[in-house]
Amino acid sequence: MFPANFDYVCPASLAEAAQFLNQHSEDAKILAGGQSLIPLLKLRLAAPQFVVDLGRIAELKVIRETNGGFEIGSLVRHVDIERSHLLARGCPLLPETAAEVGDMQVRNRGTLGGSLAHADPAGDFPAAILALDAELTAASAIAQRTISAQDFFVGILTSALYPNEILTSIRVPKLGPRTGSAYVKMSQQASGFAIVGVAAILTFDEKGKVTEARVGITGVASVPYRAKKVEAALRGTAASAKEIAAAAALASKGVDALSDIHASAAYRRDVAAVFTRRSLEKAAQRAGRK
Amino acid sequence: MPPAKYTGRKVLRKEDPRLLTGKGQFVDDMHLPNTAHMALLRSPHAHAIIRTLDASRARALDGVLEILTGPEIRDKLNMLPSAAALPDLRIPDHYVLAVNRVRYSGEPVAAVVAETPYIARDALDLIDVDYVPLPVVLDPEKALEKDSPVIYEEWKSNLAGTMQLVSGDIEAAFRKADRVVKGRLLNQRVIPVAMEPRAVQASYQPGEKMLTVWSTTQIPHTLRSEIARLLKIADNRIRVLALDVGGAFGSKLNVYPEEGLVPYLAMRLERPVKWVETRRENMLATIHGRDQINYVELALTNDGRILGLRVRVIVDVGAYLQMLTALIPTLTAIMSPGCYKMLAFSFEMKEVFTNKMATDAYRGAGRPEATFLVERAMDLAAAELKMDPAEIRRRNFIKPASFPYTTRTGLIYDSGNYDKALKKALDLAGYTQLRRKQAQLRKQGKIMGIGLATYVEICAMGPARAFAAGGGWESAAVRVEPSGKVTVLSGASPHGQGEETTFAQITADELSVPFDDVAVIHGDTQAVPHGIGTFGSRTTAVGGTAVYMSAQKVKKKMTELAAHLLEINPKNVVWRDGKIVAKTNPKKFTTFQEVVRAAYSAKNLPPGMEPGLDATSYFSPQNFTFPFGTHICVVEIDPETGEVAIVKYVAVDDCGRVINPMMVEGQVHGGIAQGIGQALYEEAVYNEDGQLLTGELMDYVVPKADQLPTYILDRTETPTTVNPLGVKGVGEAGTIGSTPAVVSAVVDALAPYGVRNLDMPLKPEKIWRILRAKTSHRGTGTQR
Repeated sequence: MFPANFDYVCPASLAEAAQFLNQHSEDAKILAGGQSLIPLLKLRLAAPQFVVDLGRIAELKVIRETNGGFEIGSLVRHVDIERSHLLARGCPLLPETAAEVGDMQVRNRGTLGGSLAHADPAGDFPAAILALDAELTAASAIAQRTISAQDFFVGILTSALYPNEILTSIRVPKLGPRTGSAYVKMSQQASGFAIVGVAAILTFDEKGKVTEARVGITGVASVPYRAKKVEAALRGTAASAKEIAAAAALASKGVDALSDIHASAAYRRDVAAVFTRRSLEKAAQRAGRK
Repeated sequence: MPPAKYTGRKVLRKEDPRLLTGKGQFVDDMHLPNTAHMALLRSPHAHAIIRTLDASRARALDGVLEILTGPEIRDKLNMLPSAAALPDLRIPDHYVLAVNRVRYSGEPVAAVVAETPYIARDALDLIDVDYVPLPVVLDPEKALEKDSPVIYEEWKSNLAGTMQLVSGDIEAAFRKADRVVKGRLLNQRVIPVAMEPRAVQASYQPGEKMLTVWSTTQIPHTLRSEIARLLKIADNRIRVLALDVGGAFGSKLNVYPEEGLVPYLAMRLERPVKWVETRRENMLATIHGRDQINYVELALTNDGRILGLRVRVIVDVGAYLQMLTALIPTLTAIMSPGCYKMLAFSFEMKEVFTNKMATDAYRGAGRPEATFLVERAMDLAAAELKMDPAEIRRRNFIKPASFPYTTRTGLIYDSGNYDKALKKALDLAGYTQLRRKQAQLRKQGKIMGIGLATYVEICAMGPARAFAAGGGWESAAVRVEPSGKVTVLSGASPHGQGEETTFAQITADELSVPFDDVAVIHGDTQAVPHGIGTFGSRTTAVGGTAVYMSAQKVKKKMTELAAHLLEINPKNVVWRDGKIVAKTNPKKFTTFQEVVRAAYSAKNLPPGMEPGLDATSYFSPQNFTFPFGTHICVVEIDPETGEVAIVKYVAVDDCGRVINPMMVEGQVHGGIAQGIGQALYEEAVYNEDGQLLTGELMDYVVPKADQLPTYILDRTETPTTVNPLGVKGVGEAGTIGSTPAVVSAVVDALAPYGVRNLDMPLKPEKIWRILRAKTSHRGTGTQR
């Protein structure tokens, strides 16, 4: 487990990091916690010329309350999301999801931005980010842009980031009244990654009808996705057990599911429906469904 | 037995402070100046001819010191050892580096030595090998078919060896039977995955002509002999050290290519050489376990009595025979009758070569397979006869009055009370209530199952006559130092089990010294006169007995010397509260320290007595020991996902007399974890090209704490008569009892779905398929 030779670069500021990536984008990998990159290097599945460590850039390590939401720096560690009182009150879906990531050692080192930029199709955070309709900010030496969660995940281990871009922050909304959220997951037994992970957010009006439903699903397909058919089926309903079950049954409709030694496509599609139902049930209860 | 100040108590482990604070001495903790590092190029193909191998680019890399290939060194090193465990066994040539042909994915092809491990690894990518792939053989049953590709052309078939064992009139037993139940039971291939991968370091002092080898081995003295044979040098020029070893489960009870290559390179380069296995190499090229297909048939009367057991076994041994590969399934043969009386037994085995890593000893080593096949057969019989699984076992148990009991396979079970352990386990589990609860839950549509397994196993390996090459003994020396502290030297080689503690308990009690005054040394062939090693649940029962015998000898000498000092007959001396006292006059005494002083000063010794206070003993047991017990598992199954949750686990094990109950519990915990691992999670999966798909811990499921239940443990205590300590051994019991209990529980849960048997591992999707096939309407209603 000895990586190939690489040069270690540790910029002191975001500008410096962006500048370096602008020059070496094709030969560099960003280190942001290292819970995926380091194993890839050790197995020599990745052999970049430069490893650019963002660890010294303090501005990327902050969780900030903004107007109507939160801005989470990309270098915030899973453990800090898991334990954030701010998020527990305003956006509990993120701490709940963080608690499901890997094991304690992984959560102590891994970062939100690192996890998202790695774009593992079975990562936990993509489901939550999709359900939250988050906005991701990417910066390069030339420009800064915002990418919606729905546009961010492009393929297996491929995000919408350009090679010279750094994911700097993730903006999520504060969840309003009569809103509940949940993340539930079936883990692959060896790695702990999701066979299926479902993040759900439900908002009810005062009469108990669903005004907004958002469901993000990870682990099932090569790209984490929003289950829009489920969402549409729930809008305007009272989210009764029967209505939730009927909607959840659409969770993997039309989805090209992954198949591997841990779960076949048929199994993934089926448990996606089960876990979508369970996630919606929890979210509805937490919203105080009438 | 010694008086019990320490023995029988939960004494804390001597080993733990150093292990828990990172102060252990593992091979990779040894840093010798000027060390060079070895890396191995391994075959990416499961079966191929090596047409050319060109290492010139690698040799040119700065920092590369040496590159070895198979053809270059085939005459310099002898071949790896394999026990001739079957009369017709075909033992393949097994070179330390492949010569012209590779037969499994991961087989070493070339060795690189470089200044740093990084350079060694870089150099591997610069070796150009031209392989011509050959058809691969992976299924052992297909491998026996006439049109199968053949791995060893000289033998014209993939059959490695056979065994037949028939006892009693098996045909008559089946003719007379009211019922016959049959099953095909698969004991899948698993990977041992010790926490510390293998590692070897060697250093050669040319002046003294002395080779020192550090290795992660369970058998330091055997390894010393084998290195001598491999390298063609004298054994008394070799010192083998196995200080701290991070687990093995049988996987380090072997001799591997690296244990030849690293010492050879250290001598050739006259520099220390080190090699540390990566986890991927550990999964690919350290031995695997199990991999048997068992066809069982049980002949029964209508009231559930066994008349005969017929077993046909196909063993997938992999591509080569490692040291005990061929022997392990013979233990399955002799243990298959389990706890039960029967009129006849037959066992017919074929060992078969395939393009996979060799199998060999894995915790339980042949006995888990035996227990699994007979216990699953008993469940099939119970289902067929609509009898309670506990009742059918009870009816066939060997009764307590029958011990010592000679089995159909010629073993002599030392002692046992199987019904007592069963009853205790049933009571602890609340078995009758559980059955009632199950009936209620089934009415509510819940899926709950109760499984049990009763086992007897073969431990304390073993009597010399039982092994083709003899051996089976263990040695120990006990020495009272001039200070009065006591040193114990053991030929056993514990690698996590904790005999530094149990041996100190035995010694401290026998010599009436404080536990902390006893130091136990093992894993150093220079310090310990001789030894066999740690495996087969033998260390306390065999090695501990040798310690006990030596402590007794020292005590006898001290008693004689004390009597001489007190000027009385040794018969009139007693040991009491740290003093050695005249029986008739308590005021007339000497002390432990005074006797030690006298022994070393040698000024006043009885006629004929030599100075010093030490003794060496070899204990050669006359029989194995046969621990037994009952495991009960209760599961609930998620009807939607097929996930299995173990909601209750009860184990009652009888390992004879217990030296340290805490450590016995630890062994049982770990054993059950591995047994559950095999039942629910673990499987070495190869694809159709012979590539190992479960080659990392990302894909191979070793159960973690949150995937295991809380265990309810208890014991019965039936001492053995085979050794004076009454100790039977407990290292493997948990693994043996648990696997069939868990499978039994899952099968029981699914009985309403018509399930009578399921192949391990019981992954959620496998169960989901059964549930989906049998359920017309699903709650969630998925689209398809």
